[in-house]
Amino acid sequence: MESQMKVLVTVKEVAVVQDGFEIAGTEIDDTYLSYDLNEWDNYAVEEAVQLAEAGDDVEVVAVTIGPERSEETIRAALAKGADRAVRIWDDAIADAELLDVETKAQLLGTVVEREEPDLVLSGVQANDDNFGATGVALAEEVGFQWAAVVNALDTGNVLEEGVASVRRELEGGVEELTDIDLPAVLTIQTGINEPRYASLRGIRQAQSKEISTWTIGDLGLTEDVAESSLNITAMYKPESESDAEYFDGDADKQAAQLADILRDKEVVAE
Amino acid sequence: MTVFVVADHRRGDLRDVSFELLTAGRELADAAGTDLHAAVISGDTDAFADKLNREGVDAIHVVDYGEEFNHDVYAQAATSLVENLGVDFLVVPNSVNGLDYAPAVASRVDWPYVSDAVDLGYVDGTLEITREMYGSKVETTVAIDDGPVVVSIRGAEWPPAEGDGDAVVSTFDADIDEDTVGSTVTGFEEADGGDVDISEAEFLVSIGRGIEEEENLELVEELVDVTDAILSSSRPVVDNGWLPENRQVGQSGKQVAPDVYLAIGISGAVQHVAGMKNSDTIIAINTDPNAPIFDIADYGIVGDLFDVVPELIEQFGGTPPDI
Ligand SMILES: Cc1cc2nc3c(=O)[nH]c(=O)nc-3n(C[C@H](O)[C@H](O)[C@H](O)COP(=O)(O)OP(=O)(O)OC[C@H]3O[C@@H](n4cnc5c(N)ncnc54)[C@H](O)[C@@H]3O)c2cc1C
Ligand SMILES: Nc1ncnc2c1ncn2[C@@H]1O[C@H](COP(=O)(O)O)[C@@H](O)[C@H]1O
Repeated sequence: MESQMKVLVTVKEVAVVQDGFEIAGTEIDDTYLSYDLNEWDNYAVEEAVQLAEAGDDVEVVAVTIGPERSEETIRAALAKGADRAVRIWDDAIADAELLDVETKAQLLGTVVEREEPDLVLSGVQANDDNFGATGVALAEEVGFQWAAVVNALDTGNVLEEGVASVRRELEGGVEELTDIDLPAVLTIQTGINEPRYASLRGIRQAQSKEISTWTIGDLGLTEDVAESSLNITAMYKPESESDAEYFDGDADKQAAQLADILRDKEVVAE
Repeated sequence: MTVFVVADHRRGDLRDVSFELLTAGRELADAAGTDLHAAVISGDTDAFADKLNREGVDAIHVVDYGEEFNHDVYAQAATSLVENLGVDFLVVPNSVNGLDYAPAVASRVDWPYVSDAVDLGYVDGTLEITREMYGSKVETTVAIDDGPVVVSIRGAEWPPAEGDGDAVVSTFDADIDEDTVGSTVTGFEEADGGDVDISEAEFLVSIGRGIEEEENLELVEELVDVTDAILSSSRPVVDNGWLPENRQVGQSGKQVAPDVYLAIGISGAVQHVAGMKNSDTIIAINTDPNAPIFDIADYGIVGDLFDVVPELIEQFGGTPPDI
């Protein structure tokens, strides 16, 4: 198989809100947040590692824009088989209320220009900010080809032909078959593979892998890259539109009421 | 100033969101005191333009190039429309195709991009976009001060536009540069039917990530057995390979509308709800009282499925498995 290929995977540490969280102003207090690797990026990491395993000389580099805390997330990617990682952070980024798509594409774009990967894998969407846009915007930023919502990738064609033959998952169980010239950015959909759990050996090895940390200045950009024309002016819990009738009591009482409804609706024969 | 919407179509049909875009676009145009223009790119453009000619549309531009969606063509055509026709608000669907070209257009014309709007307002020269974050647990208002913007809207949030319109239909020469088209659509495939058609079921017991482990599926399988229901699921259960693809309800799975849909351990993400909201009766069991599934449920149990489902099995004379 062809040698020497580089795959960049963008990974985001996403915030998950706890049940019973509170909003203060336009933010959720940190005490109600936990952090995790974005579900879609987990699949993207796996796809990159599978490419590396199928090829002779494929380097996998994980990149994140995130605070020091996110090293845990990026170590998870290293433990699963990424070779090294890049973390972008800066006081100007920390101060920004919202990292919009444009900012993220510019920051990640600079890394792409330096690393010159053949393929960039990102997730369809980040579960917290829910833009669903960073991968395609990044492709445009660096002049790569792209495909969004990819649920199958032909590894052989990538390694041997320099073409990404993908399936794009459309609505209603329909898939589009598309060929994309490399270099390209693919936004990876869940279910494309079975993400592995990191092995103990992987976790140990990850400790000695390199994570380079770059500021905006290191990337040759200026702080205004972190500015946004989007202002979050309000944040609130959506008003419940529920007119549901709730079944109260212990589980047995709840189940009895539910069973009555099912009999009433005549979907369960007695 | 113009509000500009771009229709979505696939394999010969305009998709529903195209008509919802006209409503969202008209509302915004009214608030901003501007015209509403619609564009249709590729496909049977004349027939599509005819169908899109509904009340409130001032002009329709057709870009006659190719049959099916190709993101390079769409990105070039939309950019060219924006640059040549004095567009201020470009409103597109947050569909899978929208995801594949809208961010590129925003980047090309150097406008901000806001995705998945569920509401749009225009107040004193400021566009206010309502969108969700953190798996629909939070709603935010995003304000954009006097500047143009690309915004994508969520499907099924606006009603479709009705009535006959008298829009001027014209052909727009987008001057597509073929050399820059780096993607080739080679075909379509449909997921195979498999052993059951969940869209035919009267009673669906549907299981989500709340089930936690593959082994625990035994529990819902027993419930399905004693109630004669059909088993369906949300996406993660299929992604994990615990159930085959033909059991998945939602945007990329099946559309279902049974007499009763019993959602167990399913949060009610928009892409899931898109596939089951037309069910006659929706019942949800979930530990989180704020789970969005309760917003569309007729009956709700705030509780742990591992407590409630065994009791329910007993209600119908079954024996809950040991898990
Ligand atoms: C392009 C695209 C297409 C998609 N298409 C689909 C689609 O077709 N179908 C689909 O379903 N999704 C689809 N998704 C994914 C969707 O966004 C959600 O990620 C998914 O629906 C979440 O599934 P879930 O509700 O089972 O899991 P989660 O959102 O994780 O919810 C699990 C729920 O279980 C509850 N729970 C946990 N433990 C228990 C317990 N012991 N008892 C009771 N409740 C419990 C939790 O409170 C939570 O509400 C798509 C996403 C994208 C981006
Ligand atoms: N802060 C970030 N750092 C690294 N990658 C990111 C970041 N934000 C978004 N991405 C990538 O872009 C994808 C889509 O995110 P979004 O457009 O924010 O929904 C994610 O799945 C990531 O792969």
